Amino acid sequence: MRRYDEEHIGELLRAMPPAPAGYVQAAQELPRARAEVDGLVERAREDLVFRAALLADIEAALVAEGVEPRPALVDLLRRRVSE
Amino acid sequence: MQPLSDSALVADCLAGEQAAWNELVERFSRYVFAIATQAFRLSQTDAEDVFQDVFARIYDRLDTLRDPAALRPWIAQLTRRECIDRLRTATRETPVETLPEEIENVIDHLEEAFDVRIELGALSEECQAVLDRFFCRDESYRTIGEALDLPPGTIASRISRCLGRLRERLEGRNIVAAASSERRDQ
Repeated sequence: MRRYDEEHIGELLRAMPPAPAGYVQAAQELPRARAEVDGLVERAREDLVFRAALLADIEAALVAEGVEPRPALVDLLRRRVSE
Repeated sequence: MQPLSDSALVADCLAGEQAAWNELVERFSRYVFAIATQAFRLSQTDAEDVFQDVFARIYDRLDTLRDPAALRPWIAQLTRRECIDRLRTATRETPVETLPEEIENVIDHLEEAFDVRIELGALSEECQAVLDRFFCRDESYRTIGEALDLPPGTIASRISRCLGRLRERLEGRNIVAAASSERRDQ
């Protein structure tokens, strides 16, 4: 049977510090961010003026929807609107 | 309350439950972050990109996971791939199939650390908080005492008592694992 001494357990606990809270929050907000992207893509399909404005400044569009304009999300939105 | 198994968590995430997704991110956030920063020693910026990319892939591909009980090794594999891609982009080198031994050793250490965290989750909330704050967040006795409304003079003994309980759980877990392994061998 494997024996654990308390020093070793402490070492293993120290090996898993929390990830920065902002990283965790951004990942947890992913479903909402994706839903916002879907909504923006839908609107862009129906409204060409909105589509042009969106492509001109995707970051601003995400911020206006209350979504942090992370690079991966900006790329995703650009790809989907450009399709 | 018993935490959801990984399989149940996957099922709830696939059913679109935000609370389940939050729990999945919470459960694996330290693991993904530790692989990126400790095993692959990525910079903070690269580690953040890898972290977000890994969870985006999990979100996009969770329905392709054939065995939901294999969530943890799947996430480990996704994280390794993202880290390797990041290093390859930075160095413009072709990735090697086998990881250097040093990285493998750190990942093995993190696997053991993850097992310890699972057992930590079965302790009382007070023990979880005291051990997490002292070991993982590097907080002083005084800060822990203030945060948990406990006399600072009692923190050391609480840490010791909680560590003892954690050790008992870890060793008990080994007995169960050994017994089931023996049954399989018969």
